[in-house]
Amino acid sequence: MDIPRNWRLREQRYRLQGTRCTACGECHFPPRHVCPRCKGRALEPYRFAGRGTVYSYTVIYQAPEGFEQYVPYVVALVDLEEGVRVTAQLTDVDPEEVTIGMPVEMVLRKLGEEGERGLILYGYKFRPRIEGSAGGGP
Amino acid sequence: MSVMKPVREVGIVGYGAYIPRYRLAAEEISRLWRGGQDAGALPVKEKSVPGPDEDTVTMAVEAAQNALRRANVPPEAIRAVWVGSESHPYAVKPTGTLVAQALGIAPATLAADLEFACKAGSEAVQAAVALVGSGMADYALAVGMDTAQGRPGDALEYTAAAGGAAYVIGPADEAVAVLEGSYSYVTDTPDFFRRAHQHYPEHANRFTGEPAYFHHIVNAARGLMEALGLTPEDFAGAVFHQPNVKFPRKVARELGFSPDQIRAGLLVGEVGNTYAGSSLLGFSALLDEARPGDRLLLVSFGSGAGSDAMSFVVTERIEAARDRAPRTRAYVARRAPVDYATYARWRRKFTV
Repeated sequence: MDIPRNWRLREQRYRLQGTRCTACGECHFPPRHVCPRCKGRALEPYRFAGRGTVYSYTVIYQAPEGFEQYVPYVVALVDLEEGVRVTAQLTDVDPEEVTIGMPVEMVLRKLGEEGERGLILYGYKFRPRIEGSAGGGP
Repeated sequence: MSVMKPVREVGIVGYGAYIPRYRLAAEEISRLWRGGQDAGALPVKEKSVPGPDEDTVTMAVEAAQNALRRANVPPEAIRAVWVGSESHPYAVKPTGTLVAQALGIAPATLAADLEFACKAGSEAVQAAVALVGSGMADYALAVGMDTAQGRPGDALEYTAAAGGAAYVIGPADEAVAVLEGSYSYVTDTPDFFRRAHQHYPEHANRFTGEPAYFHHIVNAARGLMEALGLTPEDFAGAVFHQPNVKFPRKVARELGFSPDQIRAGLLVGEVGNTYAGSSLLGFSALLDEARPGDRLLLVSFGSGAGSDAMSFVVTERIEAARDRAPRTRAYVARRAPVDYATYARWRRKFTV
């Protein structure tokens, strides 16, 4: 992926920023230009709180290029409190500890590196909620 | 010499810690490299190990998020993001801009990275104090964070750990702890260094003790106490940089502090030496247990070498702020042991 594309995605990746429809209140992630619910075009940036539960998950043993060093890792469908389902890696958790319905919170982690000389990519992942946390990432 | 203090009263408005989940036991390192020969004299019980997707950026973001929650100020109000570390992920490209972007502090802010071995974090706090104290800004964020590297089999591998803390510095009337003053002491002392493009630092073994750690900490702490007219009995708690369990205990005794005064902030036995994060992380644990009116001493040490000593008085605002983010001891308690092989894989000590 090229540098400008990674740069354009930074708010979405670092802050779980999507959109909210000013007409009907529907939240979207990734961000939209047109509200899929009411077809409204007046959308505003919306930062998700980053709290959710695991809807389903799978354990990756055969990773695509660039993810080999994280194997085995968990990819989950996470239902956010705002009613949006996102796909993300789980982190700070052993695969056998993961359960459907498990409360999770967003954290910012390394997604990978573009080789030895390229960019280090950062983005949202989810981990089991920790004690005393208000939940959610940045 | 007189104490350093800004013209405007400032203090810590918010603080936050971060420690990764994983731990490597010193016994495991000893077993592998020394056949357990030194098992009776290990510098720590275990050290924190960053997960494979963690680095100084991701850890700084979580600690700073905790500090912002405790400060309860909007991110846009922060006018500087200064990150002290010896493990910035890029050689050229600031950690500070990434942290500022991720937290919603960008774009109307200063951002830069500081480097002074283990003193880089307290140096960032000093700079934030000066910025707010001069009236240039109301809030500044200072972070000390590291994923320290030790050469496999070296004495430093037992302790080189990951973690740190972040502080939002702001006006004294909003502070959980008000700064009374600081005193800094540096000399050119080559006790520990890493040349460009080298993965692991060099250190001067026992030379890292007396002429380096003890000399600078003792002089900074005494300089501050003399300038403020204070004695060790005036402090409810103190934190001295924590490269191992022995050094901070010994320097506390030498300065006249009791084991009780350093207990709450002494984390190194459970998390290892978090380098630029070490003294700031210990101080966050001290704040977690502090009561209004407590006077607290923070003394960092960085190889090369130097110390910053700072005295704070805790306010009643600590009670409300404390529970807005996870306590430092909660991160200490969140632990999953890993073996040496897993650690070596995650820290990329294998060539594949």
